[in-house]
Amino acid sequence: MYKSWWKILCVLLLIYALVAGLLVKVPNLPILGETSRNLFYHVGMWMAMMVLFICSVVHSVRYLRTMNLKYDIAAKNYATVGLFFGLLGYATGSIWASYTWADPNNPAFQSFSAVAREPKLIGTAVALLIYFAYLILRDSMSDLDKRARVSAVYNIFAFAMLFPTIFIVPRLLPSLHPGQEGNPALNFKDVSSEMRMVEYPAFIGWALLGVWIATLKIRINLLKEKSLLKK
Amino acid sequence: MPQHPIIHLVKKDILLEIRQQYSLYGILLYIAATVFVLFLVIDEPEGAIWNGLFWVIQLFICINAVAKSFLQESRARMLYFYTIASPVHFVLAKLLFNSALMLLMSFVSLLLFWALLGNPVQKTAPFIGLVLLGGWSLSMVFTFLAAIAAKAQQNAAIMAILGFPIIVPQLMLLMKITSAAFNPVLSILWNDIALLVSLDVLVAILAVILFPFLWKD
Repeated sequence: MYKSWWKILCVLLLIYALVAGLLVKVPNLPILGETSRNLFYHVGMWMAMMVLFICSVVHSVRYLRTMNLKYDIAAKNYATVGLFFGLLGYATGSIWASYTWADPNNPAFQSFSAVAREPKLIGTAVALLIYFAYLILRDSMSDLDKRARVSAVYNIFAFAMLFPTIFIVPRLLPSLHPGQEGNPALNFKDVSSEMRMVEYPAFIGWALLGVWIATLKIRINLLKEKSLLKK
Repeated sequence: MPQHPIIHLVKKDILLEIRQQYSLYGILLYIAATVFVLFLVIDEPEGAIWNGLFWVIQLFICINAVAKSFLQESRARMLYFYTIASPVHFVLAKLLFNSALMLLMSFVSLLLFWALLGNPVQKTAPFIGLVLLGGWSLSMVFTFLAAIAAKAQQNAAIMAILGFPIIVPQLMLLMKITSAAFNPVLSILWNDIALLVSLDVLVAILAVILFPFLWKD
């Protein structure tokens, strides 16, 4: 066990987020009501996903600089755990939406596509599709070095194109989602100050949990591929 | 006077295209057949649908036109280029050639759309300009993806998987900019055009940085 302080920090932050998330006083807004507590969990998933995808890209860059296969394994595992958190983000988001957006009396929400045509949903759908494509691209090649190199190149290219999506698409479409202008997670106007006291620790906690899971997976994979990595 | 290697490589691609005309005619026939099928299944759609169909067809034409640029090069020939050209020159030559090819194909498909599906476009000259700009943007992204897909074995399918999520921002921007051409009231937004051009520049820079890693086998 080395450098375990951040794992302890992660557990403490998540316990704090779970307890304070249920106890903190949330502003009683018309439609949101008490559901706004979901902020700590739903947005936390996206935070963790983005952190994991950024880790994945950083390891792809490191792979191309060093050609060391262990970075390729890291990049792949960060991407898979990131995908998992992305799916969890959709799950928590759809629970939330079913209480706030899905109003049977409002004709605008009758069809699924009316709700799904939503910049944040599109942005993350693109991110998830990109990383699923990344995994498929990896599996389509059998040569280890070639696979690592080509998928690292795609990872970097796709990541660089993902950011324009996240910044451009919200400006092209009308949105129901909070945080229309700029980054939804770090918007100071939408969230009350008591909630922010829970929000940021929760985000850090979820991101650390994601990284923790990914590092465990990486260690397992490094052990599996030990013979290939030559020491 | 010695010519720049990029010009040489572009010349080589043009020469290949002239010698093996089947591929050029193949794409032209693809465009004609797709637009003809659309003509049979839908008659004279209104502006928004016309615009949507047009860009989706552009996307498919682009995949078909650009995919072969790296796939046609056999392994041995790539090895030969490896010995005589630098990767940056090679990828820039491919980008230039595919841009020119896609500009031509976009223009041809625009003419066919006008001929068969009616013309709801209100501002003709700006729309032609936007079509050429859009064709160029699509060709830039898909040229680089073709280089990646050429390394993976199942090519055509994997290009669509890799490319469609990445092309979303450009396609949505294009749809938004061109929708102004169907409505006399709206004006064309120069900000969005600048954004599109800067995305293309980003793709070119990424291609120049990343292609050398794909190149060596």
